[in-house]
Amino acid sequence: MSQQTAIPEDQQQNKQREKRRQVVADLAPLLPKECLLHTDEALAPYECDGLSLYQSTPLAIALPYTVEQAQQVVRYCHQRQIPIVPRGAGTGLSGGALPHEEGILLSLARLNAILNIDPQARTCRVQPGVRNLAISEAVRPFGLYYAPDPSSQIACSIGGNIAENAGGVHCLKYGLTVHNVLEVTILNAEGELVTLGSEALDSAGYDLLALIIGSEGLLGIVVEIVVKLLPTPQQAKVLLAAFHTVEEAGDAVGQIIAAGIIPGGIEMMDKLSIEATENFVHAGYPLDAAAILLCELDGIDTEINETTGRVNEVLLKAGAYQIRVSENDQQRELFWAGRKAAFPAVGRISPDYYCMDGTIPRKQLASVLNQISERAAHHQLRVANVFHAGDGNLHPLILFDANQPDDLDRAHQLGNDILELCIAAGGTITGEHGVGIEKLGGMCSQFNDLELTQYHAIKAAFDEHGILNPGKAVPTLHRCAEFGHMHVHNGELPFPDLPRF
Amino acid sequence: MANCPSLIYLDSKRMKNDFDNSEQMQAQINEAIASKHALVIRGGRSKDFLGRKVGCTHLNTSAHRGVTKYEPGELILTARSGTPLQEIKSLLAEQGQMLAFEPPSFGAKATLGGTIACGLSGPRRPYAGSARDFVLGTKIINGKGEILKFGGEVMKNVAGYDVSRLMTGAYGTLGLLLEISLKIMPSPEQEATLVFDYSAEQAIKYVNQLASQPLPLSAACHFNNKLYLRLSGLTVSVNAACQELGGEVLSDAESFWEKFREQQLEQFQTDKSFWRISVPPTTAPLPLSGNTIIDWGGGLRWLASDEAPQTVRNTAQKAGGHATLFKNHDGFGEVFQPLEPAIKQLHINLKRAFDPHDILNPGRMYLDI
Ligand SMILES: Cc1cc2nc3c(=O)[nH]c(=O)nc-3n(C[C@H](O)[C@H](O)[C@H](O)COP(=O)(O)OP(=O)(O)OC[C@H]3O[C@@H](n4cnc5c(N)ncnc54)[C@H](O)[C@@H]3O)c2cc1C
Repeated sequence: MSQQTAIPEDQQQNKQREKRRQVVADLAPLLPKECLLHTDEALAPYECDGLSLYQSTPLAIALPYTVEQAQQVVRYCHQRQIPIVPRGAGTGLSGGALPHEEGILLSLARLNAILNIDPQARTCRVQPGVRNLAISEAVRPFGLYYAPDPSSQIACSIGGNIAENAGGVHCLKYGLTVHNVLEVTILNAEGELVTLGSEALDSAGYDLLALIIGSEGLLGIVVEIVVKLLPTPQQAKVLLAAFHTVEEAGDAVGQIIAAGIIPGGIEMMDKLSIEATENFVHAGYPLDAAAILLCELDGIDTEINETTGRVNEVLLKAGAYQIRVSENDQQRELFWAGRKAAFPAVGRISPDYYCMDGTIPRKQLASVLNQISERAAHHQLRVANVFHAGDGNLHPLILFDANQPDDLDRAHQLGNDILELCIAAGGTITGEHGVGIEKLGGMCSQFNDLELTQYHAIKAAFDEHGILNPGKAVPTLHRCAEFGHMHVHNGELPFPDLPRF
Repeated sequence: MANCPSLIYLDSKRMKNDFDNSEQMQAQINEAIASKHALVIRGGRSKDFLGRKVGCTHLNTSAHRGVTKYEPGELILTARSGTPLQEIKSLLAEQGQMLAFEPPSFGAKATLGGTIACGLSGPRRPYAGSARDFVLGTKIINGKGEILKFGGEVMKNVAGYDVSRLMTGAYGTLGLLLEISLKIMPSPEQEATLVFDYSAEQAIKYVNQLASQPLPLSAACHFNNKLYLRLSGLTVSVNAACQELGGEVLSDAESFWEKFREQQLEQFQTDKSFWRISVPPTTAPLPLSGNTIIDWGGGLRWLASDEAPQTVRNTAQKAGGHATLFKNHDGFGEVFQPLEPAIKQLHINLKRAFDPHDILNPGRMYLDI
């Protein structure tokens, strides 16, 4: 419905080129030569993040070596009101780091120093570009580790983890990023350094640290972080249980928890993902199972022996027809290898896949999975399910082939259906991957206009002119009105008479 | 069908006092906006002593009560803000579960809303997490009189900014809490408390050493040259840890920790300014005169002292922490550590974003928010 008169394409391209020339000229004195990318070849690898369905090209890319250089870039963008999209390792799955065509992509990847390890205080101070796994590797000699372990941990950056409030397979017991970070220093929208949180266990005033975590680069650019470290458990064991039905597997999780045991991790995989991973990594998963559970127990030796016995009992009662317990670390890692390789494994059986990320109350699992297969059948697509079962976080992988005429469209439609199913089940559209550009429509379903307006007000409190990652995470009311999606929210149609501009 | 299991725990007898008072409270906020009168939010009044003194028109949450959802297998509980904390604790205890952040009540009438608004966590905090760590979702009324819902009743949720955790510890200055959803944890099978004769210095060192080992620590406090270490977990793990650590086993440990948490022990009784000083846990004993009680494995220092406020605050800040004038003050001066200018500005901006008319508890935390 926009009334814009169409500008001829070549004119538009010229305009864009002119803007790029200007921005590059302005930024050149602020950065070493190799820190400023602007040629087509140099920009190409940054067109998308882990979600390649969305692509665009920024005016330029800044890859500073130092916080001061990053600060210069932000100050410049602040002066000129140029959008900035922060980027870590680019493994995000919601298009959060998708470049802005009129903006600068600010990569924090080169700020990758581990600044300090304090084994006594169990903390580690790092720059945002440090890879998640690199922290645990660096502190291992002290018998410590950083708990949140997204499956992408060999690649993803801690800055990106903060921006997404990343989780992992161990978050039921050890929490998400928000539970494991003490302090974050940001560059605010004006380019000033502001420290939120502290090395004490709390800080005066509002919990701005909690607010910045999961804010997807919209409230500030993370340039330094202090994470909390935990003592490495003495031992860990994994039980691999096979079930004939998804229902039984789902119920088993609830029964383990009801028995008072919080496992280090509980993951579930359905038949299609079992098949895909088994053919890929040969972890020894039972191919005749409808679902398997991987349940990790950690602690001191005596404790593990006891909990293993108890969980074994619960699993048997819940209907597991086969249970294997890892006998050593090697076998434990093999059991996990399948789960950790689930995405690439699915990538091998289908030209493309699209990863969803809803969270639902766990007891709704069987019903939601059934509805997902119904919707998948309707759209004539296959779905493989992997599931952070302990905390209800579902990752349906929609298999499709982008080269087929309308596969992509159908994948999108199925994706939207799945988000709606999660909301209807009392859950949320995203458990850990973030909204980014991808789930803006879902946000219109999950929140009403007043709530979205409150989000925009929070954004404005940090970034008055909206230059930090604009257009992501929170949809405009205009978008929600235009693209419909004003579905039932909590059983009521919200504010049908509110103006939508 | 979906909500059936909760009914087992929420029988009609228990629910006889349940009442949804949100409409009335919303009306009161709208009226306050119209008449430009600030409101003082009150639950059970157990924490009137906390923070700065504010206005005189009260909004009472205590009629707005009831646990609306409790699902032990999902580790989730949702309750209205006026629900007595005690009621929630007993409900959980019946199912062998607990609020892992071990909130102090400071009085029998404490409500869940007040507990979360003040963001207070007890001795288990350094090992289990803080109040905000367990908050999953909230329903609030903002200062524009709008009822809004954030977060939810699931463990993982990154849709939208984390407003629910922002509400925790905001002392009602950003919104009136209507409902709160919390992550619940199973209670430990076994607990034991060991006592050691250690100086403050020794205790801080020792406790931090222990915390970097895989031990089932669940609390560590120190006063009068005694260190009290609590261990919680499976019986086998607690027994193994007790053997490894030695020390003397405390006999009435449960009541000790309750009195400690509620500040009912003799050591907490004082007429002097009573400070809550939060510092990095490895901080050596602070160079401040007065009587210190160490909590949170070194991370929290309760101090009864005649030192000038500025001295206490400077010392806390130098150590990388902050000081709150917790008890025994007139309520008109600074209670919380003054904020850095950039942080202060963010507070002011956020206050405006949630409560543009300055209706909700203005001045309770800081004069201008
Ligand atoms: C195979 C695979 C498995 C995955 N498994 C998991 C999983 O188990 N759990 C999970 O939570 N996620 C998972 N992810 C998603 C992804 O790895 C996480 O979201 C991760 O936190 C992103 O980090 P990144 O450094 O790649 O960030 P990017 O993708 O570069 O950016 C992500 C978002 O953060 C912002 N951002 C990045 N750096 C900063 C900064 N310094 N300051 C401010 N904003 C910043 C960006 O603007 C963007 O909005 C997986 C991804 C893949 C590809």
